[in-house]
Amino acid sequence: MVDARGYVCPMPVILTKKEIEANHPATLEVMVDEAAAKENVTRLAESCGYKVAVTEEGEDYKLVLTK
Amino acid sequence: MKNVNWLVVAAGVVVGLAALVLTMLGNPANMGFCIACFERDIAGAIGLHGAAAVQYVRPEIIGLVIGAFVMSVANKEFRAKTGSAPATRFVLGAMVMIGALVFLGCPLRMVIRLGGGDGSAIMGLVGFIAGIGIGVAFLNKGFSLKRAYNTDKTEGSMLPAVMVGLLLVFLVAPAMFKFSKAGPGSMHAPFFVALGIAIVVGILAQKARLCMVGGIRDVMIFRDFNLLYGFVAIFATILVGNMALGKFHFAMFGQPIAHSAVVWNFLGMVIVGWGSVLLGGCPLRQLILAGSGNGDSAVTVFGMIAGAAISHNFALAGGPDAVKAGVLKVGGIGPHGQVAVGICLAALLVVSMVNIQKEG
Repeated sequence: MVDARGYVCPMPVILTKKEIEANHPATLEVMVDEAAAKENVTRLAESCGYKVAVTEEGEDYKLVLTK
Repeated sequence: MKNVNWLVVAAGVVVGLAALVLTMLGNPANMGFCIACFERDIAGAIGLHGAAAVQYVRPEIIGLVIGAFVMSVANKEFRAKTGSAPATRFVLGAMVMIGALVFLGCPLRMVIRLGGGDGSAIMGLVGFIAGIGIGVAFLNKGFSLKRAYNTDKTEGSMLPAVMVGLLLVFLVAPAMFKFSKAGPGSMHAPFFVALGIAIVVGILAQKARLCMVGGIRDVMIFRDFNLLYGFVAIFATILVGNMALGKFHFAMFGQPIAHSAVVWNFLGMVIVGWGSVLLGGCPLRQLILAGSGNGDSAVTVFGMIAGAAISHNFALAGGPDAVKAGVLKVGGIGPHGQVAVGICLAALLVVSMVNIQKEG
């Protein structure tokens, strides 16, 4: 799991990108707390071939990336 | 090539139109909308510096923050957060402002200058891209100012509150402020028109996440063109608008409130690009984030205002080209400014290196 809550862009993208490049996970959970981060991580994930499901958890967003 | 994000394009077009309209209504040439210049004017208006030509309570800054605040509350994106290296951000904000005033404009004005035919801004753009590249290299090495944490809504509302306070004091007791009688600070669109336009721009910029540094940065990091569309849309709108209005004048020298000292235009914008990447957004984006509850961005804005005061109190800012007796005198910065550029670059390097986080 990547916990990118509390980070402004582009940190959530950088953290997610590092995890994808290092481990090539089939599924990955990313937590963010900004709508802009949610949108940016989604675009990154889709460009890497993942499908993204977003759910709101309080003021946070949980993104589940699946190949 | 990704799908075009039309919201970002629309926001860029509106920002471009806003700059054109505000210039027609009285703002300085090629300075319809400049975050650095206008924060510098506010710093002058409240007496933080004594540069008589650049003192005015710019409603554009107030409106942007209010617009972002309203939009972030309306779409439930207001998040009160702080604690991500605020002192470092204050200093970075001051350095970004010093760099911007060496060049004579923030990234937004750089694009506006380019769209007006100001060739002396080309080296600014080259420096800006170079600075972003340096910043991205440090991000890839693990640079981070660490995470922010949730805080009270009152803390997250500090910059919007300060801006509303500034607006109220201006309306009730304008005589308390210093106002330029000549120079760029004396040139301005009608107050409430500019305020209204800026609120609309703030709303759109919040919704579209408009960021002048983000466009180039995201292309470098993950070949994402989303924000770059806004950058290009602003330029195209300004360019077409100036041509239609007969205001496009291409020249490498002698442009309005600009200098053609190549090295300092380049290095000034290296500082702006590099510093903005470390901060996570350009000066415009810092205002929008601060309006959306980010206390760290509010501190950055205060740092920028302090940086403007430092720039003018210590004669660091650029002076424009001038024509005297038919002879072009190239502007630029004096020895103080040159030393300041060196200090800022060295300080950016230190900040970048000491904040590289170890893995895990």
